[in-house]
Amino acid sequence: MKKFETLSSSVVPLPIENIDTDQIIPARFLKATTREGFGENLFRDWRYDSNNQPKQDFVLNNPTYSGKVLVAGKNFGCGSSREHAAWAIQDAGFDVVISSFFADIFKGNALNNGLLPIQVSDAFLAEIFKEVEKNTDTKLTVDLEAQTVTIDATDSQESFEINPYKKSCLINGYDDIDFVRSQIELIEAFEENKVFKFY
Amino acid sequence: MAKTLVEKIWDAHVVKREEGFPDILYIDTHLIHEVTSPQAFDGLRKRGLKLFRPQQTVATADHNVPTLNQHLPIKEELSRYQVDMLTKNCAEFGVELYGLGHRYQGIVHVIGPELGITLPGKTMVCGDSHTSTHGAFGAIAFGIGTSQVEQVFATQCLQQSKPKTMKIEVNGELGKGISAKDIILYIIAKISAAGGTGYFVEFAGSAIRSLSMEARMTVCNMSIEMGARGGLIAPDETTFEYIKGREFAPKGEKWEEALTYWKTLYSDADATFDSILTFNAADIAPMITYGTNPGMGIGIDDKIPSTSAQPTSEQLSYQKALDYMGFDDDASLIGKPIDYVFIGSCTNSRIEDLREVASFVKGKQKAADVEVWIVPGSKQVEAQAVAEGLDKIFESAGFQLREPGCSACLGMNEDKIPAGKYCVSTSNRNFEGRQGPNARTLLVSPLTAAAAAVTGKITDVRELLEA
Repeated sequence: MKKFETLSSSVVPLPIENIDTDQIIPARFLKATTREGFGENLFRDWRYDSNNQPKQDFVLNNPTYSGKVLVAGKNFGCGSSREHAAWAIQDAGFDVVISSFFADIFKGNALNNGLLPIQVSDAFLAEIFKEVEKNTDTKLTVDLEAQTVTIDATDSQESFEINPYKKSCLINGYDDIDFVRSQIELIEAFEENKVFKFY
Repeated sequence: MAKTLVEKIWDAHVVKREEGFPDILYIDTHLIHEVTSPQAFDGLRKRGLKLFRPQQTVATADHNVPTLNQHLPIKEELSRYQVDMLTKNCAEFGVELYGLGHRYQGIVHVIGPELGITLPGKTMVCGDSHTSTHGAFGAIAFGIGTSQVEQVFATQCLQQSKPKTMKIEVNGELGKGISAKDIILYIIAKISAAGGTGYFVEFAGSAIRSLSMEARMTVCNMSIEMGARGGLIAPDETTFEYIKGREFAPKGEKWEEALTYWKTLYSDADATFDSILTFNAADIAPMITYGTNPGMGIGIDDKIPSTSAQPTSEQLSYQKALDYMGFDDDASLIGKPIDYVFIGSCTNSRIEDLREVASFVKGKQKAADVEVWIVPGSKQVEAQAVAEGLDKIFESAGFQLREPGCSACLGMNEDKIPAGKYCVSTSNRNFEGRQGPNARTLLVSPLTAAAAAVTGKITDVRELLEA
């Protein structure tokens, strides 16, 4: 996993609520057996019409908007457990997703891949959308160490929560498997002493 | 100390607990399928690791498989490749596979219970959000991403923070024509598609207690649709009766030992939940969704709520959903013509679902311009349906009984609903494009789906039952 570093970037706004993983990456594009290449089908049915022509009114097709931060309405990533959703967002060049609420499994999947999900208040989310509407180049600074996100132009700032263990994984680029593998003796001892041997 | 059922099972599986870290939780059973496992097998190869406990891993092919002519090679190249890859990976890493052609093949959340793999008190995971289904047996069962699939492959453990607990009680008796699917759609409509996020939900109350195991699976299956990680129901005589004698269920002395343990699996009377909600079964009507998330549901004789009644910040998304569905504020859905009926998915494809549909349609005909697909959840369900002669009833009604798989629930195979068409579906998600690009999904119970198939329009099944 690559290390997460402090970033300052313009944003891509998507002020829609309950964006589910079928919108992020529709099921018919889940047939690949590697982790790469899902970015081109990110938000596929919002991005392209039935003739595969880009829909001009969708934000990812609007060159005015670009950046490493995707900002979306509340309950982002609900639905299926497909990690392909996190892979697709990352593959399309995003390092951070900001929303006022995330679905559990999506949040875990994102963290396991070094894509940082940041939960902000409804008010701060509205403030970001408002600033981006005023100025499409609005930049946000994301400081994981300090756990803050700042709207550069106004200096308006909010702190966010993250599990300290996941934070250190992101900052150092570690993954969970190495950590749990190091506990294998403990796991074997647990198996020996299980109260329910009949499973 | 008094504990909830979730806490009892969770605490019995903690390998290591350390302040500031998620728990290391032992996983008894890992179910896998072709879509979310290939990258995890690849990860093992890259790390040079074996699968740590292959005998605790079970595989099936379900998401991509065709539901017609399963004896022929899969036509769609990418689907075929993914299914072949699962076969190859299972052979290489020593995993039992119930693949295409096997008499146990089927939807992963249908075969676990019917084979006696799903048991009370277990921890179970699968790279699929509807893993919550297995909670019906009093197991902690939840969906995981592919990185976590790899973690369980490598260690038989997961790092997980202990979830908050919620109790949802449904008391009283259900009305005529109302089933488990209506209960869960009703709860989700009440608390929204995010109302359970962060929680493990225990379903309780007299209405839940009186449900069959298959009906309990329908309720737990859709826990994720309110955002909850999992849902579960304390095991009781109904549970034990269902499990006894199944292929992989404990037998003989082990059965007695298991029963003794399982009978300790309930929430203590003075246990504390982080949240408690109570509903009355008598308030539940046949439910139907009108929007693009499972929280957008109403009683079938209610009107679609108006956009102006929604919080200001949500009106844009709400209007977008109604536009997608082609519905208006305050409209009634009754009498609206429909195009397809899909009876299947891990929510409603078990033998009791098929029996209920068959007993309703016996002697009736489907409406002329509606296409009806019935997709059984497994080869065993299919065989049972044929043994009971349900196939003949479906055939004379003009319903197509297909072969097992996830099918039109998510349209990964050929079973897609065409753009703009309305599909009355017993599946679990009505997201935009879920059943095919621009397809419009209306989630209902099997009985309401059968009524729509017969009349060709959205129908209050209670009127047909009383007639």
